[in-house]
Amino acid sequence: MFTSINISSIYVLDQDEALDFYVGKLGLEIGADFDLGFMRWLTVQAPGQPDRQILLELPGPPSLDVDTAAQVRELVAKGAMGFTAGLTTADCHRTYEELVDKGVEFTQVPTEHFYGIDCGVRDPFGNNLRFTQPNPDIKPPTPEELKQEFTDPATNPGDCGTPA
Amino acid sequence: MSEAAEDSNRRLLRARDAMDREYAQSLDVPGLARVALMSEAHFIREFKAAFGETPNRYLQRRRVERAMFLLTQTDRGIMDVCLDVGFTSLGTFGRTFRDIVGKTPTQYRQGNAPQRVPACFTMTWSRPSSFGEANGKVGK
Repeated sequence: MFTSINISSIYVLDQDEALDFYVGKLGLEIGADFDLGFMRWLTVQAPGQPDRQILLELPGPPSLDVDTAAQVRELVAKGAMGFTAGLTTADCHRTYEELVDKGVEFTQVPTEHFYGIDCGVRDPFGNNLRFTQPNPDIKPPTPEELKQEFTDPATNPGDCGTPA
Repeated sequence: MSEAAEDSNRRLLRARDAMDREYAQSLDVPGLARVALMSEAHFIREFKAAFGETPNRYLQRRRVERAMFLLTQTDRGIMDVCLDVGFTSLGTFGRTFRDIVGKTPTQYRQGNAPQRVPACFTMTWSRPSSFGEANGKVGK
């Protein structure tokens, strides 16, 4: 069956502006950038890591009709596309300071969690990215452990409250 | 039309991000409207159209969500949690928390254990919304 996840996609609203942000500010590398005729194939990757790429995809014809593309663009702009990508760094605070100096918009300042230190970033279009300095002493729980934790009534009554 | 909606949505998102980031500060609608570069009345109307609830309700529920998080993940006292999340009165905090969650902060702490979930997902998925769904149970 499958052996890896090698590419995923983020909708961006302008590919040149995306390049400026993902490469110029975040410091990712261009994986590929060429004209396929019907679309510009533009990918980025962590430096020296071509095995995992992100396609910076422009919503529009002929992939999407004009009205649907407009809806997608509006959703991206209001941050409704969910969690877009997670990156790792060796030093979250330092990376944060560097990106603040470059004018990057943050949704959360570096915060310590059991799994490491992480923070949240918006790309220029509204996409939600995060980067983490993993805690080397913590092994992430396995899906089985998490399931056990969340389905054990002793530790999780499953009652988050009823919205008013 | 779409370009205008895109621009408006992006500015509204900046104001919502400010609430998610600075909920502990004394935020108010006029200040948030300035973040979105809109008049106060226009901001409230557009925010509700984009996100389904007014800015005030969004902020109130963000504060309650953060309180829920601190109550289960830390041993900070109720008064400290109240101040940590931006309420200035313990009475208002207790009443708002009970109205939204259906339990007092103490009852909530006693009935819920810490959970090992990345905080960004907790913030996204366990903020009690104004839309009427139970948290994390949409579509079930």
